[in-house]
Amino acid sequence: MTKEEVMEKFKKVFVEKTGIEDFKEEDKFIDDLGLDSLGVMDVITGLEEEFNITVPDSDIPKIKDIKSALDYISSKV
Amino acid sequence: MEKRVVVTGMGIISPLGNNLEEFKNNIFSGNSGIERIKAFDPTGLDVQIAAEVKNFDLRNFDKEIKVIELKRIDRFSQFAIAASLSAFYDSLLDLNKIDPYRVGVIIASGIGGIISLEEGIRTMINKGPNLVSPYLSAMMIPNMASGWVSMKLKINGYISCPTTACSASANAIGEALEVIKRGEEDIIFAGGAEASICPIGITSFSQAKALSTRNDQPEKASRPFDKLRNGFVMGEGAGVLVLEELEHAKKRGAKIYAEVVSFGQTSDAYHITAPEPTGIPRAKAMEIALMKGKVPKDEVDYINAHGTSTPLNDKVESDTIKQVFGDRAYKIPISSTKSMIGHLLGAAGAVEAIATILMIKENFVHPTINQEEKDPECDLDYIPNVGREHKIRYALSNSFGFGGVNTALIFKKFD
Repeated sequence: MTKEEVMEKFKKVFVEKTGIEDFKEEDKFIDDLGLDSLGVMDVITGLEEEFNITVPDSDIPKIKDIKSALDYISSKV
Repeated sequence: MEKRVVVTGMGIISPLGNNLEEFKNNIFSGNSGIERIKAFDPTGLDVQIAAEVKNFDLRNFDKEIKVIELKRIDRFSQFAIAASLSAFYDSLLDLNKIDPYRVGVIIASGIGGIISLEEGIRTMINKGPNLVSPYLSAMMIPNMASGWVSMKLKINGYISCPTTACSASANAIGEALEVIKRGEEDIIFAGGAEASICPIGITSFSQAKALSTRNDQPEKASRPFDKLRNGFVMGEGAGVLVLEELEHAKKRGAKIYAEVVSFGQTSDAYHITAPEPTGIPRAKAMEIALMKGKVPKDEVDYINAHGTSTPLNDKVESDTIKQVFGDRAYKIPISSTKSMIGHLLGAAGAVEAIATILMIKENFVHPTINQEEKDPECDLDYIPNVGREHKIRYALSNSFGFGGVNTALIFKKFD
């Protein structure tokens, strides 16, 4: 999957789950985009479904901002 | 001096209207809100009818809410928020001028977010546990309606959620009454919300043979006290009342709908679903309410019955009213709001309290519809089919719930 394809699918899930359309790669989910911990989990759940991946609990702390989410997905697909 | 409690605002989401005026006009006219289920395709189920809320959009009540938030709030909590905001607007309260710790919220629910729970279980089975929404627990717990209302109105006082089945919101009003009477709060948003019209919600009651299967005549299915009754019809919605300490209400020049006088509660200690057949525990709940409120029996001019349209309830309830009021039972007009809006379970007591208060205020009693064949075991004046002018001094409202809960509330005309 190309970087562009990952970004496109990511954006679809992220907008659907958070309603936030305007974000930058360095934005942190909680500090910059105003999500709470449930909101982050909701995004991760959506990504698991969209990309058909499983995120083990031990990996959840690695996904803190848009960039780390994209990198994580790229490492899995 | 003992504190008195009055109702200074009301809000409703119901199968017969999402505002007080429309609800009042419909129940006074004897209309039915029961139809074939539209929320899902009920084909194949024994019960295919219900009293659904129509044209509901929370954004009409809460202009600031985001679409994304709507997905995280179960339907029962959405009803509760809408009814609470309506009651708040109706009360003309200025919450900026009031200590938020003097305002509480008690929104009951019999079941909670069962639509979300059902969807979550479906996801878990079909797609696996990892894809279940992280919001599910917060969507399904019954006290989340109270939680949302406290957040929306930014009120920090007493918070609770009775879950006493079909008595739950009568319980909420009773609890609110007592909390205000003992001086803990000045104002409480009290009521109930329910949204359980989903396959498992319908099926759970249908398997207990509690629901009417009159699928070919939905508007005739709920017929409390009529000989041909064969079960209740599930409804959904919410009712919220602003209960306020009388002096507090007077000081701010509030409009007063009626006084909440007293509350009585007992337990059948008999069976999980069937009413105790002698009706003695139910009668005791009514007697306790009459005694606590020092209400003369000959000044009770109306009874809003629990009147579910199940064969057992309506007979035992009629017997109970006779035990409590003797010969006067035959002279008191009685009606069942459920004949028109079905049974709103945990929201029933509050919605029926609103109906009762509207009747007290308008000097008019709404009918029990679908009275076609008299049942010799139900021989009281159920205001058959057509409402009428009638002055009410005190009104009694009954609510009974699975688990053997018996609740009686008494309201009084305020003058």
